[in-house]
Amino acid sequence: MSTRPENTTSYDADAHGWFGGPEAGWGGRFMPEALIAALDELDEAWREAMADPAFVGEFDTILREYAGLPSPLFLAERLSEQVGCRVLLKREDLNHTGAHKIRNVLGQALLTRRMGKTRVIAETGAGQHGVASATAAAYFGLDCTVYMGAVDTRRQALNVARMHLLGAKVVPVESGSATLKDAINEALRDWVASVDHTAYLFGTAAGPHPFPSLVRDFTRGIGDEARAQCLERFSRLPDAVAACVGGGSNAIGMFTAFLDDADVALYGFEPGGEGVDTPRHAATIHAGQRGVLHGARTYVLQDEDGQTVESHSISAGLDYPGVGPQHAHLAATGRAAYLPVTDDEAMQALAMLARTEGIIAAIESAHAVAGGLRVAERLAAEKGPEATVLINLSGRGDKDMGTVVDYFGLGDPDRVTAEPVGDPS
Amino acid sequence: MTTRTAFEKARADGRAALVGYLPAGFPDVAGGIDALRAMVDAGCDVIEIGLPYSDPVMDGPTIQAAAQQALEGGVRTRDVLRTVEAVAATGTPTVVMTYWNPVERYGVERFAADLASAGGAGLITPDLTPDFAPEWIAAADRHDLDKVFLVAPSSTDERIAMTTAACRGFVYATAVMGVTGARTTTSDLAEPLVARTRAATDLPIGVGLGVSTGDQAAELARYADGVIVGSAFVRCLLDHPGDRAAGLRALGALVEDLAAGVRRA
Ligand SMILES: Cc1ncc(COP(=O)(O)O)c(C=O)c1O
Repeated sequence: MSTRPENTTSYDADAHGWFGGPEAGWGGRFMPEALIAALDELDEAWREAMADPAFVGEFDTILREYAGLPSPLFLAERLSEQVGCRVLLKREDLNHTGAHKIRNVLGQALLTRRMGKTRVIAETGAGQHGVASATAAAYFGLDCTVYMGAVDTRRQALNVARMHLLGAKVVPVESGSATLKDAINEALRDWVASVDHTAYLFGTAAGPHPFPSLVRDFTRGIGDEARAQCLERFSRLPDAVAACVGGGSNAIGMFTAFLDDADVALYGFEPGGEGVDTPRHAATIHAGQRGVLHGARTYVLQDEDGQTVESHSISAGLDYPGVGPQHAHLAATGRAAYLPVTDDEAMQALAMLARTEGIIAAIESAHAVAGGLRVAERLAAEKGPEATVLINLSGRGDKDMGTVVDYFGLGDPDRVTAEPVGDPS
Repeated sequence: MTTRTAFEKARADGRAALVGYLPAGFPDVAGGIDALRAMVDAGCDVIEIGLPYSDPVMDGPTIQAAAQQALEGGVRTRDVLRTVEAVAATGTPTVVMTYWNPVERYGVERFAADLASAGGAGLITPDLTPDFAPEWIAAADRHDLDKVFLVAPSSTDERIAMTTAACRGFVYATAVMGVTGARTTTSDLAEPLVARTRAATDLPIGVGLGVSTGDQAAELARYADGVIVGSAFVRCLLDHPGDRAAGLRALGALVEDLAAGVRRA
């Protein structure tokens, strides 16, 4: 189950990072000149590494022996019974550090070592990418600084503690909306000043070229594995694939293997927050406009003047007003559909999955579960019980227990809650 | 109008030009216009007006704080153009420094047209390099506007050649690897960068990032055609939040110190 890109797909970026070519204009590199040399250096190192069997082999070995990959493909039988067709879960929640993010950081950290740099910086929203970066830095013996919005350091305190324990420095960012987008700005500022010895481990498939393609390459094992596992076990491909979309790394990691399988429908589920008809959501493709953010042209939540609008999601990891440019391209060409899932729908799906299968998912992943089950019900009605929906369970929910407790009013000694699935309190 | 004339005038006087930056809408739109006019009166040769943006990756805390204050005060892109109009009316070449998304959102052609009719000289684009700027370059050429792109110490000679070939007005050399903000020492990266840039172009070269005193300006003016100052001016106003008159006095005094600096090289 190699993570090596065996073939490129027809949806790849060109050499300048344009998805869909310069006419479509998704992606590219809108960056300060001071960082261009570093991006060029990274681009070259990444291309060489991906073509080097020694690099790819070492990456595979580390993923297998350290990160616990390939992750299992799990047939969720009780869920399948409920919706009337086959529901498969790609169990990225079982990976070391608890999410798909470990693939990306191990790849980028391995590349950092190959480039001879000694320090890494990262931004993080939920803290999951920060924990993964701190982990990879510890594994490779690199210095690590993680930028995190001050709002997020408060709502994800447990992950901050994990990063500290792993030896990383965590810098709370108070500027702007004090969330993920501001953490990215701060990390970029650090990078401008430290680029000679520092690599920026970008946490999602967004940002300037080559990050969207590079992160996709390191995470595409999700889909490569799942596709092979599905064929092996069921002798067929899924009818539909579902993943949550924040910046889009787990979704592109899952989608890439299926891009050229025209019969496989691809669904990205965006955080609908309190509803896409309210200002409180982060459904970037559904409700954003074409623009430039953090170095790429993509869909952006912005006002009439092009100022980035604050996003909202109950899940810190999806709370981002931009999205990776390849997703913009897949949306614009219709190859993938992007639909919103609200906070409440995600939380109901999270509780349902816990009760039905004994799996506590990350709230991010619960968006994919909610949306994926919607698709499954429709497909079951159209195609019957043989219909197959593959959902990426991008991470586990330990980090989210604080939010879950608050949302469902659990753990209150004065309130016996035998039934967490129900009215949010 | 082009900024080049101001640089040539300074060069004819045997000195460097002083380029002063403030974000529009800071402390508010009218207050910003007053401050920029005070900078012209006290001796700035070129004015740079920042378009406040929510995600200013190249800016340090001082300019970001000012831009944030402007945004919280409700400044709009049209207010920036209004500010340009008021400052350009003094006859001092006036450019806008802006991150790219607000221009793209406004409409590249429409922005170029409105900037030109406000009397603006052109744009400085910190997150747009010429290789990703064909639409802006075409619009700027149609409207006879300056295209000021940046070169950095990390730029290769090939990129300096490509960048300077696309510039009009002057070339912006970022003297340090880092974001905007006043620094106590000037960078030893500046002089070699200017020399490499000078080898590629006849355009005037302005050096920016970190200058806050007349002595620093004098040092840069030995080899640069322009000294660009931003954060230190912003600081003057930030340090006098309740007292506009005191802020303007501090601003005027600093401009005079810097204007003397560029003359004593
Ligand atoms: C478990 C999990 N899933 C998904 C995401 C969203 O990121 P992306 O859209 O890049 O997969 C995060 C981000 O923190 C996460 O922790």
